[in-house]
Amino acid sequence: MYDVAEIRQNFPILDREVHGKPLVYLDNAATSQKPRQVIQTLTDYYEKHNANIHRGAHRLAEEATAAYEEAREKVARFISAPDSDGLIFTRGTTESINLVAHAWGRKNLREGDEIVLTETEHHSNLVPWQLAVRDTGARLRFIPMLDDGTLDMEAARRLIGPKTKLVACTHASNVLATINPVEELARLAHENDALMLVDGAQSAPHMPVDVEKLGCDFFAASGHKMLGPTGAGFLWGRIEILEEMEPFLGGGEMIREVHLDHSTWNDLPYKFEAGTMNIEGAIGLGAAVDYLDELGMENVREHERRLGAYAHGRLSEIEGIVLYGPEKDRAGLVSFSLPDVHPHDLSQLLDEEGVAIRSGHHCCQPLMRRLGIAATARASFYLYNTEEEADALVAALVRAREFFGAFA
Amino acid sequence: MMRELYTQIIMDHYQRPRNRGEIDNPDIEEHLLNPLCGDEVTVYALFEGDKVSDVKFGGRGCAISQASASMMTERLMGKSREAAEKEIKGFKSMMTGETEFPEMDDLAALKGVIQYPSRIKCATLAWNAFQKGMDDGG
Repeated sequence: MYDVAEIRQNFPILDREVHGKPLVYLDNAATSQKPRQVIQTLTDYYEKHNANIHRGAHRLAEEATAAYEEAREKVARFISAPDSDGLIFTRGTTESINLVAHAWGRKNLREGDEIVLTETEHHSNLVPWQLAVRDTGARLRFIPMLDDGTLDMEAARRLIGPKTKLVACTHASNVLATINPVEELARLAHENDALMLVDGAQSAPHMPVDVEKLGCDFFAASGHKMLGPTGAGFLWGRIEILEEMEPFLGGGEMIREVHLDHSTWNDLPYKFEAGTMNIEGAIGLGAAVDYLDELGMENVREHERRLGAYAHGRLSEIEGIVLYGPEKDRAGLVSFSLPDVHPHDLSQLLDEEGVAIRSGHHCCQPLMRRLGIAATARASFYLYNTEEEADALVAALVRAREFFGAFA
Repeated sequence: MMRELYTQIIMDHYQRPRNRGEIDNPDIEEHLLNPLCGDEVTVYALFEGDKVSDVKFGGRGCAISQASASMMTERLMGKSREAAEKEIKGFKSMMTGETEFPEMDDLAALKGVIQYPSRIKCATLAWNAFQKGMDDGG
């Protein structure tokens, strides 16, 4: 049984107050809070096992290496990857996508080739591709968004064709809460001998992910949005594709043999892990995955689906509010705006009441332009949030509006 | 605390902005974006000789950025280029805490913003646009 009260006890930060009010943390799409179990793992690592990994013939190096590699296994299992050699630790989603755009893109893209993205992408799944096509002469195409916040799949079927080399799409939108049909996009990509990359930054923390079922070739996510420490995330890729790719960064550990004028590359996944990695970050991410596994991702998704729908319903009662994204099948976040209070002012006024939300373009400027706005406010929920917190959000919004109204 | 940030004067300028609009054939037309939030402002100015004979602003943004833009237009109207530049410098140094806000100055209404570092860019957006417009030869 999913017991939120019990879960909350594992998150020390949820006990704190902000401006004398209990913290209501609704900025989880930006980063999640961390459970005691993850924090303790980091402390243990530094108090008992800290050493540089691989190549060390001493006890601590062996322990640190074992913990790091165990974390790799855990994360690979978490996304049902067929093997852990294709699981590469990175700084997060942004670095993961840059890795593919650079190491795969620079080698495989030619003039006339096309990369198909969507209008709704986060800058991290747009800008790396802009750089890749600038250097190769390929071009970007964009699947449009329908007015209900879902993708225009008819257009997708027209856009994905023989020129397409790769389709890259966010699994769950960080603004619209849309859960995109990435399985269908992967099928379309493969029918045209193209690859499929899934940006899982907003899905891996919140719902069961099975990369085999999705049918994707690359899957990228960030550890810090799924209870892990900042600075550690991952890229999973199909072994046969990763093997054909050029390295991303050159340096220690990613090599097999180094001469003054050339080098050969290490096996996967080490070929893509140059230099000393964020060891404690990866181990912390392993602990985060343990925590999520224990709760069960089906249960996490169900909790957030219910809570998201509850919040969406409560917010829609506010007169004049604009809610973005589809009506149904949403991830657990809500973007909204009030006609009379700018999102920035809203988040400032809410902070006064201990309610943490985000406002701005959410790193989706093209999507904001498509929606005809500069910014939205966004409340994003996670496995420890409650209906009472959604109520606190709504109450604080009503008071913010009254505050502004008093000057009118 | 919110009363310190959203003062009566700020809210008055926000809800009843002065000099909101456009100028035909302006000497300065400068569009600036706050990259943090996507807020935008366009500042227009007309010079008669060395003096600012008209100044207007457009765009969209939060109460702080809109009120600050409105207050700027009042402040710079009729000023010489040199005096305008001095006003802008002075305002920015007050917003970074280098100099104090004068007590009896309307701009002191923006004093509360200093405590919210992420909002200082909102307050200085229009002022930076005007400066950039002059720098670019307007």
